[in-house]
Amino acid sequence: MNMVQAINSALKVEMERDPSVVVLGEDVGLNGGVFRATEGLQELLGEDRVMDTPLAESGIVGFSIGAALMGMRPVAEIQFMGFLWPAIDQLASHAGRLRNRTQGRFSVPMVVRFPYGGGVRALEHHAESYEATLAHIPGLKVVIPSTPYDAKGLLISSIRDPDPVIFMEPKKLYRAGKEEVPEGEYTEPIGKAKVLREGDDITLVGWGSLVPRLLKAARLIEDKGISAEVIDVRTISPYDEGTVHDSLEKTGRMLVAQEAHRNLGFASEIAARAQEKMMDVMEAPILRLTGFDVPFPFYRMENWAMPDIDRIIKGIREVLTW
Amino acid sequence: MIFGSFDPLKGDMFQVLDPDGKLVAEDPGLDPVLMKDLYRWMLYGRLADEKAVKLQRQGRMGTYAPGKGQEASQVGPALAMGDYDWLFPSFRELTTYMIRGYPLEYNLLYFMGDVRSNQVPEGTKSLPIFVPVATQVPIAAGAAWALKKKGSGSVVVCYMGDGATSEGDFHEGLNFAGVFRVPALFISQNNQWAISVPRKKQTLSRTIAQKSLSYGIPGVLVDGNDVLAMYIAAREGIERARNGEGPFFIEAFTYRRMMHTTADDPGRYRTPEEEAEWDLKDPLRRFRAYLEGRGIWTPEWQKQLEADAEEMIKKAVEKAESLGPQEPEDLFRHMYEEMTPALVEQLEYLKFSLANREIEEEADEIKGGFP
Repeated sequence: MNMVQAINSALKVEMERDPSVVVLGEDVGLNGGVFRATEGLQELLGEDRVMDTPLAESGIVGFSIGAALMGMRPVAEIQFMGFLWPAIDQLASHAGRLRNRTQGRFSVPMVVRFPYGGGVRALEHHAESYEATLAHIPGLKVVIPSTPYDAKGLLISSIRDPDPVIFMEPKKLYRAGKEEVPEGEYTEPIGKAKVLREGDDITLVGWGSLVPRLLKAARLIEDKGISAEVIDVRTISPYDEGTVHDSLEKTGRMLVAQEAHRNLGFASEIAARAQEKMMDVMEAPILRLTGFDVPFPFYRMENWAMPDIDRIIKGIREVLTW
Repeated sequence: MIFGSFDPLKGDMFQVLDPDGKLVAEDPGLDPVLMKDLYRWMLYGRLADEKAVKLQRQGRMGTYAPGKGQEASQVGPALAMGDYDWLFPSFRELTTYMIRGYPLEYNLLYFMGDVRSNQVPEGTKSLPIFVPVATQVPIAAGAAWALKKKGSGSVVVCYMGDGATSEGDFHEGLNFAGVFRVPALFISQNNQWAISVPRKKQTLSRTIAQKSLSYGIPGVLVDGNDVLAMYIAAREGIERARNGEGPFFIEAFTYRRMMHTTADDPGRYRTPEEEAEWDLKDPLRRFRAYLEGRGIWTPEWQKQLEADAEEMIKKAVEKAESLGPQEPEDLFRHMYEEMTPALVEQLEYLKFSLANREIEEEADEIKGGFP
């Protein structure tokens, strides 16, 4: 399966297992979603389980919060991350707060999923990466898979999670490749990073669309006798600092890559936590490779705005030779 | 039946009693027991609200949003609700809360800055106060949809103010409610003022009630200071919703007799003449006149109600003020079902910093100029 098929499979498995799971959003029904992530679900499960909604992001998320309060498990799709902003009020003011502000009386078990990121020559406003904004909001979980297998396992976990989960899908990887994904149900843990490749000289950390690039860079430098450990963070909130710090203990050097804007991106949080706790093992400053503090560009310039393998290799050299 | 009889586009307003308590419509023939309840709760709400303002003035409570003058638009719908109906409030509905079984001490505690006030008792079908204006509207729509899907027979009653109807969430929420035909009654308490901005500057719409028509939802303008009109209109809206006829919208035309909150000074933006004019339209005054004419209200009964209210309020204040402090754990334990490692670390830090203070808390206050 590719990643879109894996996501579709996760939704299908969960909806068949649990009648309280409903999917809603713009064009998710008859049309199967603009990326076809919900294809065939309405036909299979009916219009009251897979609901086309009016075009209103705050409405979609607010409505989902209400349904979750009354015992449903809504999975809301926002068409692109660039259009999430109207719903941020609902996420920050209610989804992330209700359990806390009612001291456990109410909770909001829902998923808000959407494609994010660039690299597919999309229109303006269709390629944003604002994961740090969401991770900054207390009470939300922010999950970002980088493989079809993880996408399915993590989405199933997100749907079963008792708290609101933001599920960000790197659209560049939607159809980038296939791997073996079980047809049935399985889960991957939220809040656990994954070491994809072991190494001793440097730790490369990323999530979502940057992960395959980090892996490729690690392979390229292997020939030069450099052994890089690659970690897919998978969940930026809660962030699995232990796995990253264990690796840093071994390598003493770290590079964090993200597609998102530089200023206050999640890479900064990773670097800040590492320097607070791991100073005694660090042999070089932590390097952040990021997008720029400009709106994500029109597609003719988009490749300049994302860390590519060339920059990753240069970055690795910089950290290793510091 | 008021549905279809009052056109909000023409400014028609449903009213049963005029400001002097005289019938201006057909006698609705309500049970005297119910009418006594309507009056009793309006009085309880009025007295509790006045007490809350006093507590704030005495420094025993933080900023409070008084509801004086809006009792009819709160009591009418609250008594028209069934046991299984859900309340999605705004932040000025003290009286509605009391009727719906949300203990008065909780409401006081909310304004005393205690989060435990939001721990709605099991069995009380209400959400806690919604502060960000109009954000409760799409949530109420989603909740009503879920309740319908579960076949519960419940209706959601969602409150908001007049200013809320300018917010995007009002429009998105009403639109969703209409499209999915959810069992909900939306009530906009038009109290004429959104802090200092008058209703006229909020919208060019002739009425707020007419806004619901854009979403295919019937809307009716009701005299919000007439508890009989509010009861009947809400009862009809709730019945329609329960029967699967979709959502209903009421604009309750009322007046915020007090300040927006105790931190606000209405003298800056409205005249004493306007306030005096609305004093004469007060909901308790007119309903009392009506009940007196019917021989239901007597000075003795009034005295009894006031004594009962005083006792109830006194107990609530005692309960609110005697609640002990919370633990550092309470700040963190309800963020997620399970505490994350980062939160555990932050909790440990808080506990450590509290247990090992080197500078006393009072010394931390910056007063009388910068150091």
